[in-house]
Amino acid sequence: MNWEAIINNTAAGLLTPTTLAFALAALGLAMHFGFAGLLNFGIAGYMAIGAYGYAIAVLTFGLPWWAGMLVGMVGSVLFSLLLGIPTLRLRGDYLAIVTIAAAEILRLLFLTTAFEDITGSADGLFGYNSRPDGSGFANSNPFPPGDYGFGPWTYNAETIWVILFGLIVLAVCTFLLWALMRSPWGRVIKGIREDEDAIRALGKNVFNYKMQALIIGGLFGSLGGMVLAAYSNVSPGVYVTSLTFFVWTALLLGGAATIFGPVVGSIIFWVMQAFLTNILPELANAGILPVSSQQASTLRFVLVGIGLMLLVIYRPQGIFGDKRELTFVK
Amino acid sequence: MTFLSRSLKLSNLFFATLLVALLSVAGLGQSASADEVGTDQPYAITGNVKLDGEPLSGVRIFVKGGSYEAETVTGADGRWFIGIPDTNPYTVTLDETTLPEGIAVVEGGASDEVQIGKSDRVVKNFFIGEGVRNSSGGVEQFFTRLIYGINFGLMLGLAAVGLSLVFGTTGLSNFAHAEMVTFGALMAFLFGVVLPLPIWVAIPLAVIVSGASGWLLDSGLWRPLRRRGLGLVQLMIVSIGLSLTVRYVFQFFVGGGTLQLPGFDAPKIPIFGTLALSVIDMASMGISLAVILGFAWWLMGTKTGKATRAISDNPDLAAASGIDVEKVIRTVWIVAAGLAGLAGVLWAYFRPGIKWDMGAQILLLIFAAVTLGGLGTAFGALVGAIVVGILVETSSMIIPSDLKYVGALVVLVAILLFRPQGLLGRKQRIG
Repeated sequence: MNWEAIINNTAAGLLTPTTLAFALAALGLAMHFGFAGLLNFGIAGYMAIGAYGYAIAVLTFGLPWWAGMLVGMVGSVLFSLLLGIPTLRLRGDYLAIVTIAAAEILRLLFLTTAFEDITGSADGLFGYNSRPDGSGFANSNPFPPGDYGFGPWTYNAETIWVILFGLIVLAVCTFLLWALMRSPWGRVIKGIREDEDAIRALGKNVFNYKMQALIIGGLFGSLGGMVLAAYSNVSPGVYVTSLTFFVWTALLLGGAATIFGPVVGSIIFWVMQAFLTNILPELANAGILPVSSQQASTLRFVLVGIGLMLLVIYRPQGIFGDKRELTFVK
Repeated sequence: MTFLSRSLKLSNLFFATLLVALLSVAGLGQSASADEVGTDQPYAITGNVKLDGEPLSGVRIFVKGGSYEAETVTGADGRWFIGIPDTNPYTVTLDETTLPEGIAVVEGGASDEVQIGKSDRVVKNFFIGEGVRNSSGGVEQFFTRLIYGINFGLMLGLAAVGLSLVFGTTGLSNFAHAEMVTFGALMAFLFGVVLPLPIWVAIPLAVIVSGASGWLLDSGLWRPLRRRGLGLVQLMIVSIGLSLTVRYVFQFFVGGGTLQLPGFDAPKIPIFGTLALSVIDMASMGISLAVILGFAWWLMGTKTGKATRAISDNPDLAAASGIDVEKVIRTVWIVAAGLAGLAGVLWAYFRPGIKWDMGAQILLLIFAAVTLGGLGTAFGALVGAIVVGILVETSSMIIPSDLKYVGALVVLVAILLFRPQGLLGRKQRIG
């Protein structure tokens, strides 16, 4: 057993573009579910819109990277409007089924061979980060080539640029969520979560507030997809319903109705994943676990499922949450 | 130090590939689309599509046989290449709708059976030229699709009525219903292939074990959680966790490949025009119909069935009238799991093949069926399932076949927009 490699790889899970992307998506879900009480099970769809919107705007329309990312954000706003207008009046579990179906429709549309010229079908999209005319995300990298960081957190110039970008976006979004939630607007949103009719009786337009929350949370989710896209290719196989469930697990781990819970939850989720990815096959190879290494890598998804169940049953407010904030989950 | 930092950079790269590779295994009906597919397979079918010596690009070719299905589009040189896993006969089809206007397969038909000979490659070329497409008329084609759709819909219905009953009596939107479908198919495989018992013993046994699993789930998980007073949203998320757990436990045991039940490759008997059904298809429809009729009698005629409907209407009133609610819910779980298990066996024949995530592939269609019919109504779910089944099968006449599930999902969203109570539901249910 190579403990040094296991510990190093586990520690590296603390700060990766994937962890940052998850944190952003979980932050969006915190806005939707934790603060506004909206059961959004289509966060993978928002991430896909961000990633595809950015990549398609750059590849098909030749826009510079920042404009491409704006297109991705506009796409997510449109998706929120499209999704919210019919469904925000529905009860929670209906919203869950509709959002999950909408995300799946999106993924099938990105996957079909009918739009292969634009979406790349099953191959996905690539080559949008680095453009020959210098307008790509990687072309704007301020870091000269070389290694940055220390110990387990050593990155090359491309990765450190994505991480810096992701950290800035995450910091801005976290601040925005914190500022919104202590504003009068946030109090109304939390009020809607607790008792929609009471807020309506106060003369507030509940539908509008819910829609605004859906749009803001969706923007965070699409930014998560863009951070993922800035780091690797856009592949339709990533944006499946399992991704939604994993983001939910990360969110509930940290605490749904908290500001830092989604971030910490994503970090814990990916550190655990990194640890299990490294240790389970090693245990299998060393003969401690009587399974093949293939089975060992399946085991950690079994553990995610069990973890999600235990979390919801025994600590639905998450590690940092306050149980009184989650009385709306009925 | 340099070694260390290099291995760590590798680990960063590893994270991205990890996410991509491991999330992609959970994909739904993915089809590859390069002009070469399945290059990792040991055998291959290749060909070259030319019109008067000029290569035609963008022509779609399908290969199908057993559980294996692949499709590709010819490249700029008109060539195509599809890898296949074994030397069994495969049906190669050229999609005539992708040929230029007025061009068709003029000799031998657009579909042909091909088998690997002495070498590991076999060439299949189609003779194309100007001519009338030998496709059957639209009406005939529609009729064929309709029958397939009813078959698919009846199978969906078996799964949907169970989901709807569980929702009606407990309020739970059970995402793990998909895994109950897969479980039935896996049990049929265990009894019919691993043991192996005759298939007519194995399938009823699989349904019984599925029903027992429903009892186990209720008494081991759902009843204790109801006693704890968990909310509906919490229960729903628990069912998602359960779904993930069970799905990957299946993968743990059977891997990522496809398993087959005996008789899956039964020959198709031409019945009428383009309609050809195997004995299995006909038996599947007969079994679904018989079981659904039996279920309807149970729900309408028996005391337990009446109690089930009473609880769906108003659990408190039902309990006050002396109905043992917990006992009825337990029965509902057993019936729902048994029906889901049977649906799994039939879905394994319809696909064909058993996979660890086969239930998850149709979960949203089952939800669409239940919502369309009206959440909590058993017969609504049945009507919804048949509509969804027909819609999925017939829509592929108009839209690309890899988008055929989209139609059903759009209907799911649209029905919630215009008639959220569903076709047979009552308005009060949406609360």
